[in-house]
Amino acid sequence: MIKQNYTIAENKLVASDTYRLVLAGKGTTDGEFVHLEIPGFYLRRPLSVCDAKDGKMMLLYKTVGEGTRALTQLPAGTEISVLEGLGKGFDADACKGKALLVAGGLGAAPLYLLAKKLKAQGKKVTVVLGFNKKEEIVLEQEFKALCDSFALATLDGSAGTKGFVTDALKALQPEYDYFYTCGPMVMMKAVCSLLEGPGEASLEERMGCGAGFCYGCSIQTAGGPRRVCKDGPVFKKEEILW
Amino acid sequence: MVKDLSVNLCGLQLQNPVIPASGTFGFGLELAGSMDLNVLGAISLKGTTREARYGNPVPRIAEAPHGMLNSVGLQNPGIDVLVNEKVPALRKIYRQGVIANISGFSVEEYRECCAKADACEGIDLLEVNVSCPNVHGGGLAFGTSAKAAAEVTAAVKAVCKKPVFIKLSPNVTDIVEIARACEDAGADGLTLVNTFLGMRIDIVRRQPILANKMGGFSGAAIFPIALRMVYQVAHACKIPIMGCGGVASARDVIEMMMAGATAVQVGAENLRNPFACPEIIAELPAVMEQLHIDALKNIIGTV
Repeated sequence: MIKQNYTIAENKLVASDTYRLVLAGKGTTDGEFVHLEIPGFYLRRPLSVCDAKDGKMMLLYKTVGEGTRALTQLPAGTEISVLEGLGKGFDADACKGKALLVAGGLGAAPLYLLAKKLKAQGKKVTVVLGFNKKEEIVLEQEFKALCDSFALATLDGSAGTKGFVTDALKALQPEYDYFYTCGPMVMMKAVCSLLEGPGEASLEERMGCGAGFCYGCSIQTAGGPRRVCKDGPVFKKEEILW
Repeated sequence: MVKDLSVNLCGLQLQNPVIPASGTFGFGLELAGSMDLNVLGAISLKGTTREARYGNPVPRIAEAPHGMLNSVGLQNPGIDVLVNEKVPALRKIYRQGVIANISGFSVEEYRECCAKADACEGIDLLEVNVSCPNVHGGGLAFGTSAKAAAEVTAAVKAVCKKPVFIKLSPNVTDIVEIARACEDAGADGLTLVNTFLGMRIDIVRRQPILANKMGGFSGAAIFPIALRMVYQVAHACKIPIMGCGGVASARDVIEMMMAGATAVQVGAENLRNPFACPEIIAELPAVMEQLHIDALKNIIGTV
């Protein structure tokens, strides 16, 4: 874990209530998520790293409360304090050759960085993204350009398959030896119970420190209490007590 | 001129008065890879009970203006793991002060845990938590009654050779009365204050944010209240005080010491900035220079 200032290079609305935040600095770009200080708010906000290259990191966030709404007001050029190198992310090595990535909403963000890693390892990657409506879609072109197979579902049917990601999965019947999922808890629970074989899911919890020492985000797992921020946020399917 | 930051806590010599508060710094080990722990004055380890505890259900963190609430509920691996694993592991990399923070649900549990901590070579000082607002039927129940706090103090003192500090709750009508009762029962020192019982509601979901409904409020917002309590207790008692509550800067440390604290604990600020303690320690000499202070020990209780 290190703390340093980044400069906001871009902070732009890219989908319904969804912003792309690009931070420039000389960070390690290591770790699953970063913890951002938002002026006027006491606690930091954890955001998954969506992409990282050439000293820049790209994050996607949704305006869900006062903190993220305040974040939208920070213009390019603003310095922002970042804690980085946080969290245990997806295990790309767990996949032997054919990966299935299933995202709900902004769960697509951390899966994009994972997809890049899997492709760099020469693996076959199938991606299924689900959103409520077409106005919320993010990363569609990026995933299409990167992956071997791509499917989309929207709840209202405004794009792709009408329904949940599980409906798209049933229609697609993808081949895979390992799956990865990120999104709302109910969606990940449905995905983990539908999909056979080994896989992992990225959980979310209200965090304090984000670095494993306040124990504010500890959840019960099959293996005992685990800190979402430090022992996770990614956990093996069989560890999670839904 | 070289500034003297050292203080003495019941015979325990600290290189500086800055101590991460219990519950905001884990067992020290969690942060060992990110900073040099040996710049600290001491570490107050995460609150420990006789049995291992998971604590309360999540969510157990909520935000507030200039502060935060927690309802962790004393998650810890139990006293045996503390003395047999956590402290020995910490001692391999760390040579400054180690404070064990002990909580319990009965006088007997406090006595048993404190005796084990007292016998642990790596621990220098005991901090007896009679003020955790997040567990039912324990902790706080002992800290809101002068009689019960004195009973715990006497029971623990009877089995300990190391200095025993009692960590007091601010959730009382008269903290001075309880502080005096602990002093009379033999406490070597006092830590004050623990968190204030608070609450937040998610007005969209129309439910408390914390799964446990209420939690301990801490952070910069409580600093003036904590400072006032330290000041009142320092003027009523002779035993040393570790001042705690909303400390976030070198200036806050000096203010706490002027109010009567011999050492100063930094709590919630660590959660916003894990490097808060080393940054405050690094900042102290320059602030002392501005204020014409040569030795921090000379300002204790001078107001």
